[in-house]
Amino acid sequence: MVLYFLVNTFALEFFINQFTGIMSKKTGLLSSSIGKKLLMGVTGLFLISFLLVHCFINSLIFFNDGGETFNKGAEFMGTNWLIRTMEIVLFGGILAHIFLALKLTLDNRKARPVGYEVTNGNANSNWYSRWMGLLGTLILMFLIIHLKHFWYVSRLTDHLDGGLETLFDEMKEVFENPIIVALYCASMISLAYHLLHGFQSAFQSLGLNHKKYTPLIKSAGVAFSILIPAIFAAMPITMHFGIIE
Amino acid sequence: MSHGNMNLTLKVWKQKNKDTKGRFETYQAKGISPDMSFLEMFDVVNEQLINEGKEPIAFDHDCREGICGMCSMYINGRPHGPKQGITTCQLHMRSFKDGDTIVVEPWRSAAFPVIKDLAVDRSSFDRIIAAGGFVSVNTGNAKDANNILINKDDADEAFNAAACIGCGACVAACKNSSAMLFVSAKVSQLALLPQGQIEKQDRVLNMVKQMDEEGFGNCTNTGACEAECPKAISLENIARMNREYSLATFAQNKIK
Repeated sequence: MVLYFLVNTFALEFFINQFTGIMSKKTGLLSSSIGKKLLMGVTGLFLISFLLVHCFINSLIFFNDGGETFNKGAEFMGTNWLIRTMEIVLFGGILAHIFLALKLTLDNRKARPVGYEVTNGNANSNWYSRWMGLLGTLILMFLIIHLKHFWYVSRLTDHLDGGLETLFDEMKEVFENPIIVALYCASMISLAYHLLHGFQSAFQSLGLNHKKYTPLIKSAGVAFSILIPAIFAAMPITMHFGIIE
Repeated sequence: MSHGNMNLTLKVWKQKNKDTKGRFETYQAKGISPDMSFLEMFDVVNEQLINEGKEPIAFDHDCREGICGMCSMYINGRPHGPKQGITTCQLHMRSFKDGDTIVVEPWRSAAFPVIKDLAVDRSSFDRIIAAGGFVSVNTGNAKDANNILINKDDADEAFNAAACIGCGACVAACKNSSAMLFVSAKVSQLALLPQGQIEKQDRVLNMVKQMDEEGFGNCTNTGACEAECPKAISLENIARMNREYSLATFAQNKIK
């Protein structure tokens, strides 16, 4: 297990070094700290746009029509060629976001070899802005479980092919388990805090800071960070308690 | 000689040089006046140590009026101590209570090696400036004042960025030891003025390259630097540098 992890880490390092190496010959952007942060912001905003789409499609369950509208939406998302292509881009975006975060974090560790005896981070920054890596890891762990629950079942198995069982039925089945519901809700809290810093931070990394618009971006970020995870969390809760059936 | 009635316990980082390992040593500061600056309190402790034939604590200081950027010290988990918008020399002992234990550490960053005890080598900042933090001018007679007109807002913002004293508190405060606030202030103060336009692409590219080479970490926009900066340098400068850097990278018609 440890060996597997190590091999993977080295493979990642190699992959990133190769990739940044190629890019640096052309533009040098990804060889620099600012370039990596820029890509972190771009992929972050892309993932935010995905959340918006995902949340919209899944909210179709709230029609409370036995999943009829939702299943139509799911059918469209599963068959439309543009969406299927974007699905590949999405996985690329997630991987790039993770690998860059790993690379940046490792670099940051090296930048302070001897740590402080006493730190008082809360005096000058929000705790969630300092714990983005941890929040991101929790989200990744959730993502793996979540993909196993739905993406794997609908895309990679023939479980739903017969038409006897729909994705909506699958949701009801999964959310019968209260532990899963609790896990989903807890993960949405991680997501909310990750977004609370990430949303406005992405704009800053892209160099978009403006006296007039930055307050607007920050407010929009707070609203997004609360609303989207709350709607997502409402799905397992309402299904578990039979409000949506 | 007694100066006041405060008695404090100091836990101070002692380190011979950058190649040796450091450790904390405990000192008693007795008879301290609440009106003393933090550095004056250290003077009292050092005088006492010298009188006892012991080695005094090495620390950086110069102007003692908050404009030189020499004094450092990471006090109780914060650069320049518990107050905002000041340097260590502007921190007074009335900010502490009698009987307090105060932990004092040097700036900790791979790019700021310890010279001795609390004094660190900040020449990495100098090398970043040398890489591009200037405007090349022809020598000769001085130009007429107001020869080049500058928008007042731009002039003010350039001045605010130029208020950076290069103390390194941003690096010390940052959980990633990033020097982005310092470098962005130095990029901004010139990028905002007409005289700085000619070299602006090379400037930002070269200064960021030097910054990365010095081993500073990557900015994660926590904002700790802005909160701890004695000159209240704004995060807007970092966004400006990000913008300038990305544009310069795409626009530059050179293969390096």
